[in-house]
Amino acid sequence: MQIKESSEIYDVIIVGSGAGGGMATKQLADAGLNVAVVEAGPFFDPKDPVTQTQLKWAYESPRRFAGTDRAFGGHDMSWGDWEVEGEPYTQEEGTNFMWWRARMLGGRTNHWGRISLRFGPKDFKHKDVDGLGDNWPISYDDVKPYYDKLDKLIGVFGTKEGRENDPDGFFLPPPKPRLHELFYIDGAKKSNIPVIPGRLSMLTKKINNERGVCFYCGQCGRSCSVYADFSAGSCLIFPAQKSGGQVKIFVNSMVREVTTNEEGKATGVSYINKEDRKEYKLKAKVVVLAASACSSARILLNSKSKQHPNGLGNSSDIVGKYLHDSTGASAAGVIPGLMNRKVSYNEDGVGGMHVYSPWWGDNSKLDFPRGYHIEVWGGMSNPTYGFSMDPNGLNKHFGLKVGGYGDSLRDDVKKYYGSVIGFGGRGEAVARKDNYCEIDPTTVDQFGIPVLKFNYQWSDFERNQAKHMQDTFEELIHNMGGIPLGEKPGKDQDYGLHAPGQIIHEVGTTRMGDDPKTSVTNKFQQLHDVDNVFIVDAGPFVSQADKNCTWTIMALSWRASDYIIEQLKAQNI
Amino acid sequence: MDRRKSLQTLILGGAAATTGVAFNSCKTETIDEAVVESSEKFFGRTPKELERIEKLNAEQLFNEHEMETIAALSVVILPPKEPHGGPIEAGVPELIEFMGKDVPTMAPTLLGGLMWLDHKSNTEFGTEFKSATLEQKKQICDEICWHDTEKPLDEQPLEIQFFYMMRGLTVTGYYTSKVGIADLGYKGNQPNVWDGVPQDVLDQHGVAYDPEWIAKCIDQSTRGTIATWDDDGNLLT
Repeated sequence: MQIKESSEIYDVIIVGSGAGGGMATKQLADAGLNVAVVEAGPFFDPKDPVTQTQLKWAYESPRRFAGTDRAFGGHDMSWGDWEVEGEPYTQEEGTNFMWWRARMLGGRTNHWGRISLRFGPKDFKHKDVDGLGDNWPISYDDVKPYYDKLDKLIGVFGTKEGRENDPDGFFLPPPKPRLHELFYIDGAKKSNIPVIPGRLSMLTKKINNERGVCFYCGQCGRSCSVYADFSAGSCLIFPAQKSGGQVKIFVNSMVREVTTNEEGKATGVSYINKEDRKEYKLKAKVVVLAASACSSARILLNSKSKQHPNGLGNSSDIVGKYLHDSTGASAAGVIPGLMNRKVSYNEDGVGGMHVYSPWWGDNSKLDFPRGYHIEVWGGMSNPTYGFSMDPNGLNKHFGLKVGGYGDSLRDDVKKYYGSVIGFGGRGEAVARKDNYCEIDPTTVDQFGIPVLKFNYQWSDFERNQAKHMQDTFEELIHNMGGIPLGEKPGKDQDYGLHAPGQIIHEVGTTRMGDDPKTSVTNKFQQLHDVDNVFIVDAGPFVSQADKNCTWTIMALSWRASDYIIEQLKAQNI
Repeated sequence: MDRRKSLQTLILGGAAATTGVAFNSCKTETIDEAVVESSEKFFGRTPKELERIEKLNAEQLFNEHEMETIAALSVVILPPKEPHGGPIEAGVPELIEFMGKDVPTMAPTLLGGLMWLDHKSNTEFGTEFKSATLEQKKQICDEICWHDTEKPLDEQPLEIQFFYMMRGLTVTGYYTSKVGIADLGYKGNQPNVWDGVPQDVLDQHGVAYDPEWIAKCIDQSTRGTIATWDDDGNLLT
């Protein structure tokens, strides 16, 4: 089979169209460069009524949006989830890494929580604080100008709080707290846990004439048809095209490897067109990988050549190493004070937390090194499959009988509607070299591309952090006069610590650094080994913070894009 | 006559099914009607997902008798109530048929439980469950509607598991339907402008907004004004 090669030479090929790839597309195309975006999934535009799930009712689906076809529920706007048909991944024995892959234009940004937190000064230099892991080769001051520009370009609500490690930005005003969030604020106060307005990238106010303003349906996970929330397609790639940029999008195109020449420089990529299952080649002066931390590592490791026998950019043997995800643990409680609610009003709000708790602890007095933030959920939800499946199961907490049938079930459902409040702790794991992904030479996907094998274990740092989360959640529920639901997970269950990967914040596989022996890219996310290959997803993260990674992915992608433009102008690459 | 109609006739007999639901529509100035209207025609499936739905729809899990038994049990579990109907108007039997195929592990419990119901009814009353009187049906349900909350469900007798599953599917099916949502009173899933919890609700639950906090929140009269900031990130508009 002859590989079909296009004669056009693009300035830049961008692999992946999520947060990092979207931002690079916008910046590089706006600078006048000729850009090809190669996306493994189909085209997606949140405003297309054919694919839209926003404002749909459960009863429009024969399964009432049960999660049989989409893991987070049939309304969730992610094509692809923990499983992608024909694209397996494998695990080292004893590892249970969970890997979410959204195969669509815009990637995971179409359904994510839009929690848009800047990393703080400490987060870039955490080794200086506790001696663990490594410092980034850059500091908050290097990234701040990009966070500032990002806030204005995309829009994020929040408030200026002047907190040391939770930097303020250019915020839109936040929405008012909902009822359960008022209970949370009061409960947290009793334990001196700070609560501040959420920081989410949804437009509570207009930022330009192209995007709509939030109409409070609470469904950002379904991707907003009026572009009032951030997704990479609606906010970066489409605007880049609209303003006259040269952006060619190749969808359903699965990149196999970065191609190189005799000198070892990148010449483009080869990809499989999923429609005809044939291999094609694209050529460019610069290749930007933004396929997600693990997928970009996979592409590099699969890009073996005479010049790069260990995979592209992998002379250090660091590609795939230092993989880490946020820690996560959850709890929920029923709050009697929230029972028997009036349903006279619509409290959907934005699709996420109107309030949250940034990390407040002093790790020098704790048995784990890094922090976490608390996300809060609750309220009178939009009923989908599973709603009131156990209509009076909560009765057992009030000395009432569980079960039965008849008209009283209606009363039970209404009595408890909106009375449960839940917490998600999202924290920082310490990056370790021995947590990694590598190529599994025995397994290929349906395109013949060798797949990733994961090897990842939590340490006591993360387990102890999860224990702290559980103790805190218990205290918060108690403070609100509530009753915890379910058994509190103990040591035998790692205190409810979620499997690695499950928080979908995987970072670190191509970490940046000044030393080519211990890092994959330099501080501008350029491969140490090959100067015309860049990585703009979360791979170059040296450490995850107790924040979510997307805002930093985009700030850094913008910064790397500026560097690419500069280097191309100076004819250095 | 389609399946749903025939079930409705069977259950309701002469009584008219009332499904006229008046949604509280709170009109606001910024609603994009096109968004709401475009949602009517599709429910956002990919071609592959649609294919799977069509495939499942082409299969039949329950025969006519079983569907009628499901319908008969569902209205004992959650009797219809004016003005928002009950499980039949909510399409509960159809949902159960679909889920039994969509999640095949549920099928044996459902099929086995239906057989158990008829066996029990035939033994006790000499008639199939669906034809038993309401009192007889209740007598059967009374025996299986209480599970041991201290024990995992799958360690309890099949008929207990079956009833638990049927109750769950009936209630979730009802409250995810148009009539059920009206009964619940849920006001969301439509464009609106969130401006905080109403005062009477705050009062009922004994909480209040902190004026300092509220001062930082969006003034909804400015939501249409393009945001600009000074160099320190203070919003100017």
